Amino acid sequence: MTTDKKSLRPSATFPQDVLDEIHRAADQGIYEIRGFGAKRDLPTFDDLVLLGASMSRYPLEGYREKCGTDVILGNRFAKKPIELKIPITIAGMSFGALGANAKEAIGRAASELGTSTTTGDGGMTEEERQSSKTLVYQVLPSRYGLNPDDLRRADALEVVVGQGAKPGGGGMLLGHKITERVAAMRDLPQDIDQRSACRHPDWTGPDDLEIKIQELREITDWQIPIYVKVGATRVHYDVTLAVKSGADVVVVDGMQGGTAATQDVFIEHVGIPTLPAVRMAVEALQDLQMHRKVQLIVSGGIRSGADAAKALALGADAVSLGSAAMVALGCNRDVYREDYETLGTAPGYCHHCHTGRCPVGITTQDADLEKRLEPKQGARKLRNYLMTMVLEIQTLARACGKTHALNLEPEDLTALTVEAAAMAQVPLAGTSWIPGKNK
Amino acid sequence: MKTFDLNVDPVRMVNQELHDSPVGGFSINSPEGRHCIACGVDAEIDVTIDGHVGYYCAGMNKLASIQIAGNAGPGVAENMMSGSVRIKGNASQYAGASAHGGTLIIEGDASSRCGISMKGADIIVMGSVGHMSAFMAQSGRLVICGDAGDYLGDSIYEADIYILGETGELGVDCIEKKMTAEHRDSLSDLLIANKIDRSAKEFRRYGSARKLYNFNIDHADDY
Repeated sequence: MTTDKKSLRPSATFPQDVLDEIHRAADQGIYEIRGFGAKRDLPTFDDLVLLGASMSRYPLEGYREKCGTDVILGNRFAKKPIELKIPITIAGMSFGALGANAKEAIGRAASELGTSTTTGDGGMTEEERQSSKTLVYQVLPSRYGLNPDDLRRADALEVVVGQGAKPGGGGMLLGHKITERVAAMRDLPQDIDQRSACRHPDWTGPDDLEIKIQELREITDWQIPIYVKVGATRVHYDVTLAVKSGADVVVVDGMQGGTAATQDVFIEHVGIPTLPAVRMAVEALQDLQMHRKVQLIVSGGIRSGADAAKALALGADAVSLGSAAMVALGCNRDVYREDYETLGTAPGYCHHCHTGRCPVGITTQDADLEKRLEPKQGARKLRNYLMTMVLEIQTLARACGKTHALNLEPEDLTALTVEAAAMAQVPLAGTSWIPGKNK
Repeated sequence: MKTFDLNVDPVRMVNQELHDSPVGGFSINSPEGRHCIACGVDAEIDVTIDGHVGYYCAGMNKLASIQIAGNAGPGVAENMMSGSVRIKGNASQYAGASAHGGTLIIEGDASSRCGISMKGADIIVMGSVGHMSAFMAQSGRLVICGDAGDYLGDSIYEADIYILGETGELGVDCIEKKMTAEHRDSLSDLLIANKIDRSAKEFRRYGSARKLYNFNIDHADDY
């Protein structure tokens, strides 16, 4: 008997991927843990376009007229604010999640372009301090490797309250990535699953955080800026409370932000996309009359100069890259195909950072795999990518008649979808309609 | 001995002096619950604080010997690296949180989460500790001469807890462990070195059952 094609009707409620996940859960009895960021379809900056100059605006000559990209971060209280040449920073990624070569490559590239890199859960390595001219030191709930010497040799501190991939969740590093060196840095036994805390051990709310920030300033003699990083959820409240707590800079990480390992259900179902998060954060700062006084860094799925330019136009002071920087280093590149297959995946689909068997030597502690990422070559690729993004930002800013990237503004944007118009609070293309604001 | 009066000298100025001119002894009067006193010290100096302190006193201390002649607010000696901090009175929440080294002695009681996330320090509480003490404690020793509240040692890693009095409900993965001669000798040395008039023989030891070190679906009820 042959199959009747009419009977092969897929279920909208139970499509094949849902069936596969239920079968996997039934076999294994545990949620899926993976790396990378949200893979579901989300509103993005692609849903916005910039309005280039014409009759009512003067454009600037490409390649000729100057378009600045420098930005100062953290001049609210710190004696030594961060001065970056480009409005793109590298987000926190831990040594442990990433290998030492990847950290070094990132540091080299960022330093060449005059921007900052960020440590991660596990503390500061000598390699990243040496290779990063401007290094932001994260103060995380786990406090792994945290010490006052590194606090004082950092260029800024970032108190991490949450991250976009898992707001409300702690870090996770599975046992096979806890090598002797990683274990020593974290004061943990080798080979155990490391589940770092989701709450800080010595403060529990914004009133405490205000005093915690005061302590960090006292220890560093008020020299360096203090950032507060939040995963995008209740953005308006969180940004308001971060400012109230004394932050010099607020980092808002949207749900497209990546992670080295966490539950798939967390990555895909917690938090809000970066697009509305930027607008909500800017509104909170404007309500406090602190926009441009407390700087805003936005991260989570930023991939191109276009994404960055649109985030700046909505009011961010800088963007931050994690996953995209790793892709520039070679993540998901079509090489070592057999190693992707060993992991049960293929180039373009890999999210197996949690396994420690990264085919391209980025998210691994395996010495042989790490050799696949030569730090200087990796730095060259990341530098090229960042430079491309900067050129794209300048191209778009000049087209809008701006002599500086930070002069881009919401008025330069329009939305292609009703959803994006509502989230970004810019008019739907071809109309003056901003959902929720006017008719 | 250099003396400061916090009713006259701002905390910022005093901390800067402790950071810049770290020689000899310092006396700090009139703390009156102010926060962040003597945090970030990085020198072999003696600091005496005459009164009650607020949050994060002696935070991230390195090398210094700091005495508090009063009670301490939340987070005293948090993330201490070395040296010693001695509190004549009681300590609030999170005493010695994530402390990597050094010795914290609390002559009175400590509130909840004493020694949370500790990473190698020795913490001696001559009174009792509140709930969730030694939560996720990674290494070091928490010595409790009194009783412990509920959930002692929840999700503990390789730290050792020694206790004289009663425990409430133990935290997840925390169990009573054998007090070996090696542990008794080590504890005895710690008590003698810090002039604590107790016999190591009287203490019981608690630590990790190590059931949660790698995810096991059969232990899911514990998570």
